[in-house]
Formats: sequence, C-alpha cells, structure tokens
Amino acid sequence: MHIPDGFISAPVAVTGCVVAAGCVAYAVKATNKKMGEKQVPLMGVLAAFIFAAQMLNFPIAGGTSGHLIGAALAAILLGPWAGMLIMTCVLVVQCLVFQDGGLLALGANIVNMGIIATFISYYVYRGGAFLSGGQKKRILVSGGLAAWLSVVVAAVACVFELVISGTVPLGVALPAMGGIHALIGIAEGAITAGVLSLIMATRADLLSLAK
Amino acid sequence: MRLKWWHGALIFALFLALLSPLASSFPDGLERVAEDKGFLEKAHEAIFNLIPDYVMPGVGNEILATILSAIIGTLLLFGIGYGLARVLKAKKDEA
Repeated sequence: MHIPDGFISAPVAVTGCVVAAGCVAYAVKATNKKMGEKQVPLMGVLAAFIFAAQMLNFPIAGGTSGHLIGAALAAILLGPWAGMLIMTCVLVVQCLVFQDGGLLALGANIVNMGIIATFISYYVYRGGAFLSGGQKKRILVSGGLAAWLSVVVAAVACVFELVISGTVPLGVALPAMGGIHALIGIAEGAITAGVLSLIMATRADLLSLAK
Repeated sequence: MRLKWWHGALIFALFLALLSPLASSFPDGLERVAEDKGFLEKAHEAIFNLIPDYVMPGVGNEILATILSAIIGTLLLFGIGYGLARVLKAKKDEA
C-alpha cells in the first residue's frame, strides 16, 4: 500500500513527513540504548528479507495482489523502535531507488507501514500472553494475529490520509481498503507465524531479543 | 570462516530475490481501490527514476532485469540495516 505522490494533499504529506522524522529520531535514540551483538546481523538480514519478500506479490481475490509488509516480524524480533528503523530503511530505499511510493508521500508511508504497523504488532504480540496453550502456540497465534491486525490498521490509516486529502469519501474507501487488506493480512499473519516457527526451531534465542 | 546463522538468513533472502519474476503483476490493494474508485489518475509520475518498478533499466530480458533489481535491493538493504546497527552499537559502547 505504498502511496504515490498525488493521492494525498500537500498538508497531509508534510504532516506525515514531520511525524515520521520525529518518530525516527526518537527511535534512533531508543534503539541506541539496547543494541546488542546479535542485533547487528539480525537488523541487516531482516531489512534484506523484508525487501525481498515485499517484491513477491501474491494474487488474492478479484485480480488484485498483496505482499508482505514485514512490520510485525521486525517488531516482534527487534522491538518497536528498532523495528521502525528497519521498516524506514526499506521504505526509503523503495522510494528513492525503486520509485515505489511517492517522494513527498514517504512520510505518510513510514507512518502507516513503519510506525503504526510496528507498534500495533508489538503490543498485540505482547498482549497475546493471556492466550492459553503452550508457549510455542502462544507465540505463533499472537504473532499471526498481530501481523493480520497491523495490515488492516495500516490500511485504515492510509484511508484516513486519503479522506483528509479529499481524494475519496470515507464511506467509499473504508470498506474497499479494509476488505482487501483483511484478506492480504491473512497472508501476512501466515508468513509471520511461519517465519517465527522457523526461528523457534533453529534459533529460539533470537525470539527474546526484543524484551 | 564458519557459517553463521545470519549467513543462512541472508542466503534465504537472496533466494527470495531470485523468485521475484514469479510475483503476481496484479495491482496491489491500494492500486486496485484507486482504480475501482476512480482516483488512480491522480498519481504523479516520479520526478526521477533509478530502477523504476523493480526492473533494471538497460537489461533486455525482463526476468533478468527483475532478478537483478531484487538482488541489488536485497544486498543494499542488508548493508544499510547492518551498517545502521553497527553505528548504533558503536555509539552505545562509547557511552
């Protein structure tokens, strides 16, 4: 859901850039305090994985495709602040190098997919502790749920930016964007749970870095 | 050099990059809605282009051009993510 330039008005785009810049500046400070030895390669491979996975659009209903966002995975493994930095790196490169997402809309895209999506995922994942079942099941279910919700909420945020910009009425955009992304989110949830289960089987210690 | 866990993870990401030509070319969720609800034409063209649409310019074969752009992006992001984390860690160790 990379917003191109033109979809959102200048005030909305500028507000997005200001909010994104503020949050990223704080994230640098917050991440700075807890950067450990294992996080260094993990941040590299996560950024690489999320970029590559985002290129793999999968078809969903009605001639539409979706792709992974990856914010949930980043937030679950690294915490919301470092996760936000990873997502910002991916979105900046996509915007500057691959012309995916508008230059002025970059702030709004970071707000939706880098900030809102990481925070929603992190807290839903954390909140999943109340789920019953073993620890493994809890991690997979709350991770998948967090990922699904992160896509839907990011899409709703995108809708509000479009509506405030006067691009499309709320009653038109909300059901359309919400519906499609509720479907895309299922894949996000499944991929996130899949990767988490792979990590649990091979390097379970990486799952406790975000604490 | 012993193979570390993250070498495997990076190889996995590069393997995904190789699969990029298989990606669906259908419009994504936002594009689809923009098309259906009639605001797709509001999108502006980019003011500059490096590797637009994840297809390496100047490469005749589109499959190859897509894979190339995917590999460039994947390695670039590994470098940026790793580099950023190194810098942040160095700053923390100083403090």
